[in-house]
Formats: sequence, structure tokens, C-alpha cells
Amino acid sequence: MSEVAIRINTPEELESLRDKVISARDPDATVVSVCTGPGCLAYKSHLVAENIEAELEKHGLADKVRVSRTGCHGFCERGPSVVILPRQTCYLRVKPEDAEEIVKTTLVEGGVVERLLYEGSDGVKIELEQEIPFYKHQDKVVFGVNKYIDPMQMDDYLAGGGYRALAKALTKMTPKEVTEEVTKSGLRGRGGAGFPTGRKWDATSRVEADQRYVIVNADEGDPGAYMDRGILEGNPHSVIEGLMIAGYAVGSTEGYIYVRQEYPLAIDHVLYAIDVLRGMGLLGENILGSGFDFDIKVHKGAGAFVSGESSALMSAIEGRVGEPRPKYIRTSVSGLRGKPSSLNNVETMANVPLIIDRGADWYAAMGTEGSKGTKIFSLVGKVLNTGLVEVPMGTTLKQIVFDIGGGMRGGKKFKGVQTGGPSGGVIPEAQLDLPVDFDQLASAGSMMGSGGMIIMDEDTCMVDVARYFLDFLADESCGKCVPCREGIRQLVVVLKRITAGEGREGDIALVEDIAEMMKDSALCGLGQSAPNPVLSTLKYFRDEYIAHIEEERCPAGVCKPLIAYWIDPDKCIGCQKCAKECPVDAISGEKKEPHTIDMEKCTKCDTCFRVCPTKVQAVTKITRAEAEKLGAPRQVEEAGA
Amino acid sequence: MLETMGKVEEIIALNDNDKERLIQILLELQKEFRWLSREVLERVGKKLDVPINHIYSLVTFYSHFSLVPKGRHVMSVCVGTACHVRGAERLLDSVASAVKCKPGCTTSDEKFSLDTVNCLGACALGPVMVADGEYMSNPTPDEISRKVESCE
Amino acid sequence: MSDTVTFTIDGKEVSADKGTSLLMAARSLGIDIPTLCHHDELADFGACRLCIVEIDKGGWKKIVTSCLYPVEDGLSVETESEKVIRHRRTILELLRARWSEMPRELIEKYQVPEDRMETESTFCVMCGLCVRHCSERKGANVLGFVGRGTERQVVAHEEPALKYCRDCAAENGMECLAVCPTGVVVNDFALSPPHMTPKGTKARPVRARDNENQEEVNKLIGD
Repeated sequence: MSEVAIRINTPEELESLRDKVISARDPDATVVSVCTGPGCLAYKSHLVAENIEAELEKHGLADKVRVSRTGCHGFCERGPSVVILPRQTCYLRVKPEDAEEIVKTTLVEGGVVERLLYEGSDGVKIELEQEIPFYKHQDKVVFGVNKYIDPMQMDDYLAGGGYRALAKALTKMTPKEVTEEVTKSGLRGRGGAGFPTGRKWDATSRVEADQRYVIVNADEGDPGAYMDRGILEGNPHSVIEGLMIAGYAVGSTEGYIYVRQEYPLAIDHVLYAIDVLRGMGLLGENILGSGFDFDIKVHKGAGAFVSGESSALMSAIEGRVGEPRPKYIRTSVSGLRGKPSSLNNVETMANVPLIIDRGADWYAAMGTEGSKGTKIFSLVGKVLNTGLVEVPMGTTLKQIVFDIGGGMRGGKKFKGVQTGGPSGGVIPEAQLDLPVDFDQLASAGSMMGSGGMIIMDEDTCMVDVARYFLDFLADESCGKCVPCREGIRQLVVVLKRITAGEGREGDIALVEDIAEMMKDSALCGLGQSAPNPVLSTLKYFRDEYIAHIEEERCPAGVCKPLIAYWIDPDKCIGCQKCAKECPVDAISGEKKEPHTIDMEKCTKCDTCFRVCPTKVQAVTKITRAEAEKLGAPRQVEEAGA
Repeated sequence: MLETMGKVEEIIALNDNDKERLIQILLELQKEFRWLSREVLERVGKKLDVPINHIYSLVTFYSHFSLVPKGRHVMSVCVGTACHVRGAERLLDSVASAVKCKPGCTTSDEKFSLDTVNCLGACALGPVMVADGEYMSNPTPDEISRKVESCE
Repeated sequence: MSDTVTFTIDGKEVSADKGTSLLMAARSLGIDIPTLCHHDELADFGACRLCIVEIDKGGWKKIVTSCLYPVEDGLSVETESEKVIRHRRTILELLRARWSEMPRELIEKYQVPEDRMETESTFCVMCGLCVRHCSERKGANVLGFVGRGTERQVVAHEEPALKYCRDCAAENGMECLAVCPTGVVVNDFALSPPHMTPKGTKARPVRARDNENQEEVNKLIGD
């Protein structure tokens, strides 16, 4: 570590340290920024970094070129990503063995490794990161600094202006002015419903109490959303600085960061950052000589989606079962240990230092009337370019999915986008022009949630998606109140029945009765929003439900009991690929002769469908009725778990 | 057993015998022993003066705690939404038949545990699984059985 | 007077002390609101949701749980609005799927449908009265919840049971049974109280005991 544990006692000392850090760095010096976010790490980007360092050593460049292991760059689809600064040459899908060529060609000779550049579908290669379509259409206000920051290097955060906002808040503004500035910026909570952050702080600060708490919710539980992980792992100081400013604004001396234990790297980075700050006196007593005392504790979550609910999360910090509290009283009035508490999401906190530093007017100039600033989304599913993207509020779905996401994988047809996780809904193709903000998503029957955007194509079954979310919630509900526990149980029963082709007349009405009741009557937000995925799919894709129930047909070819695999003898070239890969030996046929599938043996694992050459496409999914005509046995129970 | 209980006491002491840190203590114990035995839980309860019904409510509520020994090899299949739409269920079926155990279970010889996780944050690799720490992106049944066979 | 508030329930004007719940206020007027998990002497739980009512707060309507919602000035409360009846019927329908011997008067009053849902009668509606009574009032901590979501169960733990149940039963008869609203569990449980738990069983389900259920519990608690 390069940090020197010098104590910083005044804003002036902070600025002179910053000057020292910046002047010690040559702005034109080459830095190799290697993404070590979760996606890239899975492809061994840590070895990429190691190998580049070794090659630099070999060429005697170790002193001149720095390798920086950073958090997520965003373009996970084509990771590992390596960006050479300051020029911004961007290499994608870099393998550890590419290090030699990168160092030799680019860092020694000043050339470009063509084969590692981005290549669009038109075959054109692009060298600079900001010109790649995926990045070009983004506005990375919060997330863009990730590539400049090694989370284990305090200097990197300081060089970018870190803790300047904190100094400004503590020494030039009153707590009330800080809250007012945040209110004026229009910042709304990035964790779910979008409650105005300033108002939350104001409510917390108004309650008479000997202690108040500020808490960061990093229990990112939405399956398919990982932007909070990206921020906390990649830029932990931004969240900590936001939390400290929040603490000052509401009158708290104790902050908490609640991180799910599934994010060990995020926990390590945060704990390290806190240690460094304590050593510098930036956490503790009399911070920057302002008289403000503040310290932060990290609490690991043990795995419960419902713990994202504010009162449940506070119970968990107190060491108890993370169940929502049966009370009509806001946690801003009575939260952790019965004290006024303000709970804010990771991304919300990361926005705070920017607002204080650059001012509310700058911030409010971005976004829409009711939703200011930018939002980070995890763009995942059947889209071509998967990754974390940041756009101003009000960007249309079409721009996100097609301009940034590059459209659908495999030339498939777009069908819908799921937002808001298990509490959200699916938005259909007809609403692609929807400007994405809190209110527009809500009026379309979904919600912002934490920012997961799961793209679905024609091969996604909407009834199956609804069943998926309810299955998820059956396990993740705390099980306390009747509407949620028993309601979800019955909804799962009905949806399993429908996806198995055993749907009955009246099933849709039953689903709607239970769903409407849950929305109004469940104990907490999880239960109240649990029916959203089924209600929104019923709203926009009702015909798919009807096809399952009335025609025993899954139009997307997903629901196993309703499909069968069949090899078209006119198309099969007898390459034997499917027969070799079939795990249950259900496929037979001579070489160069058409093959056949034994439907009684077939477990519908989809392997044959996937390995059949795209030029041939002899393996076909057929409906249950068609299979029965071909003599297949009728499946009574749903296959699988 | 003595050694185990020594470790339990040590971890509780490191957490200042603080009842509020019960979940943190149990997480550390889970990490240390890879599961939480009744003896361990009873000791924690006595030491922190938390009744056994509370302890069991807690450890059966949070998904990270395991009350049975885990297998020597852990296969985790991501069932997050992004992986689901890309065929996670199919992958889960394949892994389950390869290790011969249901999701959430451990084989009787304690060789394999098969877990599902809600999101690994590696959505670009979906459907994705982690076999003993190694990420596998959309493996074929064949690749899975090769991996399983390579486990001792 | 700042510590009383005035509002209406089903059109009748009421005054009540601040902090009183809507349920208490309604009951003081003789208005009947059904409840399962509420008990005057136990901490608020808010789980059964049977006691929902519809409030109108200056034109803003909302369904709330009357056992938890505190009285407010100017509130207009309807205990049997069309929506309340409809939702209460669905809640009862869900409960009926678990509780085959639900009282006839409830079924008839709310016209609870019988055959739309999958029934699996466990007789335990997870109201938590026995658990709370045992912990809060007796300090015995024999009964507790295990699991979460649809897998949640109430179990009796052997160790504290051996310590407390016999005395508790001798003094007043099994108190946990007296608070149980579903009845059938009572008989089942009384035949073999927790301290008579079969050897080798560290915790056993409170609801209808069959082997399958005991296995589920063993699996949940790892025994």
C-alpha cells in the first residue's frame, strides 16, 4: 500500500495532500487500467494484470507504466477489459497470454493490437473506448471514474477530488444547508421506490433524539442487478464520503454499511478504506477540525432478500431475524435501536459527494422533471452487449437496449424488458419509446427498483418468467404474514399448473384476486409488490397465458411439459453432433442419415437443439399436440424441480 | 470437540460478547467450520444468553447458514433472472444429474454440495456456475461431467 | 386536549386516546372486526391481516391493519367496505386451504369459496400466539419459528421443553394450547406435550404430526 498514515486535521491539509498526490503524478504517464470486476475476474483478469506487470518488468518499463487493478469498467460482455490511459485505447476479451503482445506492440512500440479491439457487426474496428457504441451513448457521471481508481489506493480517489465535498459540507455548510442542497438537486433513492433523499434526511434530522443513524443498504438482492456491487467494489470511498455527508446532515455520529456476505471483495475494500480513513483522522473525532465526530461499522448480511426492507434490515443489524416490523411508523422516526435512522442505497450515496461538490443546479440539469441525475442499470439477459450502463434519467428504453445494448443476441426479436426485479414488471415492445424514470416505469406497471434490466426475446416465455419470480419469492418471503406466505404459495401452484399445461378455467381470475389482495394487504413492500411480475405479464402478455391454458401450448417453446424435440428428416445431414452430446442417449441414427429422438427417453435438456449447426437447424421444438401425434407419451407431472 | 469450542469462545470474545453481533458471530463460525452444529449453536446461545428458539429462528431464516456439513466440492449454479432467461434451469438439471444430488443438498458421501445462488454478478457469462471457485459459462453436459469426474 | 383524537368509524364519531389502535377503538364501539393473531396482552404481530379496514385520509384511501394502525384526527374508517370484504374473503380463502375446520360462521359471513385453492391442511395458521405467549409471558422459549417463506413452521424445542412444560401444564393446563385459535392442533399437541417428545428428537413440529412433517423439521434444523 502506498498510503502514508499522516493525519489530516484541516481542509487545508487535505488540499495540500491532494496537491502532493497530483503533482507526483505525470498526467501524460501511461496507466494500464485492468478491470477486475466480477465478470472479468471470472475470465482471469487478475492474471492479465500480473502478466502485464511481468512483461513491463522485462522491457524495463516497470517504473514508467503503472498497472491499475480497478473495479468494473461496465462492458462485461466483452471482458476482460483493459484500457490504456491517457489515450483510452481499449482492448477487449483480453487473455493472460495477450499480455506480451500488448506490452510489446502498444507500450513499447506505440502501436495498436488490432485483434483485441472492439469490432462492430459491420466489421469496423474501434480503438478508443469512448467511441465504442456501448460507451458512446452513455453518460457516466458516477460510474465513469471506476477505470481511474484502484479501490485499494486512497491516492486515486484523492487525485480525482475525493473528500473535497466532505470538507465543503463540514466547514462551509450547516447540516440544514447540506440537506437543502440535496433536496434541491432532486436526488431520489436509487434502491427502489425513489423516495426523495433530502426529504428522508430532513425527516430523520427533525426527530428529537440523543443519537441518529445513517445506514447504507448494500444488500443488493435483486437477481440480475449488480450495479451496487460495481460501485462498492470499484469505488468504495465515494459511498463512504456520501455516508459521512449524510451523517453530518442528519446529526449522526455512527454510520453502518450493510453488505451481503456474497460480496466478499466489496467487504474487503470497504473495510480497508475505513481503516485508511481512521488512520488519517478522516473518520473518528473532530473530523477536519470541524467538531464533527463520525465512525462507520460494517455489517454483513447473511442472505435474505427481505432484509432489503428498511425495518427488516435494521432488525438484522441488531442481530435479530430480518423480518419487517409490524408498525405504522417510519424508520426515519424510529429505526435502528428505536432511534431515527436514514437508510440509503449505495448508488444514492455515491451521488451525494458529486451534488455537494458541483452543486444542486448542475445535478438537476440532468434527467427529467421528476427524476434527476443519471441511473446505472445492469443491462442483462438476451441483449447483445451485457454490462453496467449509466444514462441520464429519461433515456428511452430503445436507446438503452439498441444503441447501447446493440440489440438482441442471435438476431432474435425483442419481446420485453423486465425492470425492478421481483417487485417490478415486464414492459412490452410497444413501449420501447418510454423515457426511463421513476414515474414512467411505475405508470407502465413496473418500477425502477435498483436498476436491473433483463432483456427478453421471442424465446422467453412470460408465464415462465412470472413463475420464476414467484418461486424466488416463495423462498425469500419471510413467511410472517398470511397474504404473502399463503398468497405466494397459491400463486406458485397456479402458475406451475399453467406452465405444465394443466391450467384451468378460472385460474386467471384466481391469480388476479390473490394479487389484488396482496397489493393492498401484505405487511411489507416485498409482499405488496410480489404480484407485480404476474400482474404486468397478465396485462401485456395475456394471450400467452391463454395459449398455455386453452391450447396447452407454450408459444416461446420454454415450458418443458408443453414441448418436445424433433429432428426434421428433410434437414438433418447426419453429422452425429447431437447424438454424441445427448446425455441420455436418446438420439440414434447412422452417419449421414437423418437421426431420430426417442421422445420417451428425452429429458428435454435442449442440448441437441443448441449443438445442431446453425446452417442446418434440423432439431426443432414442437408442441405437445404435435408430439402426441408422433406418438410421444403424455407427461402428467412437470419435469424438473 | 474441545478445540471446536475453544474456537467458538474465541470468536465470541473477538466480538466483545455482544448479543447484537450474533449474526456476525454466526457468519464467522460458518466460515470457520463450513457448517453450524447443534453443539456450536447451543454454546453460542449459552455464552450470549440467547434462547435456543431464537438461535434456530435465526439460522434457519438466513440462507447462508448451513446446519449440515457441506460437501468437499461445492457447485453453485446461478439462478438470477439474467441466467434464468438464458437457461439456468436447464443447467441446474444437468449439474444435479451429474453430481446426483438435488439443489440445496449434499451427497451422502459428503463429496458434493449443489447450491443455487440468486446472482453472481457475472450476468454476461450466463447461464453461469461456479465449480469449486472456477467460473463456468454455459457448460455443456459433457463439460460438466468432465469437471465432476475430476473431483476427488 | 392534545392527547385525544376524534375521527369516525363506519360513520360514527369517536374520540380515543392517542396511541390507541383502530381495532381497540372499533371494539369499544361494539364493532366486530375479525382477528387471528392479535392478543391484547402480547406484542403487536400484524401477521394474519384479517383485521384490515379501509381508511380515508382527506380523500386518500388506503387499506390498513386495524390492530396496528393508530387513531388519527379526522380519519374516516370503514370496517366493511366493498374492498375490505373482498380482500378479507381472499385472506380467509387462503387460510381455509390450511385450516379445514375453519368456523362455519366465518365461512358463511364472508362467503369463502371452497375449491379454488390447493388445500394442505396443517391447522397451523402461523399466528404466532403460542410462540409469543411462551416467550413473552412465560419466558420459557420452548416454541419458536424455523425456516422462512412458504417453508416456515412452528416447532417445540426439546431442551427448554423438559425444563418448563411440565410445570406450566401442571399450573394452568398447557397455556400455549389455550391461545391457539385453530383447535385441532390443541388436541394433537395435548396428547403428547413437548416434554414428552420422542427420544432423539431435538425439536418437533407443533402442527399435525406425521412422520413427513417431522422429517421436514429435522431437515430444516439439521438434525
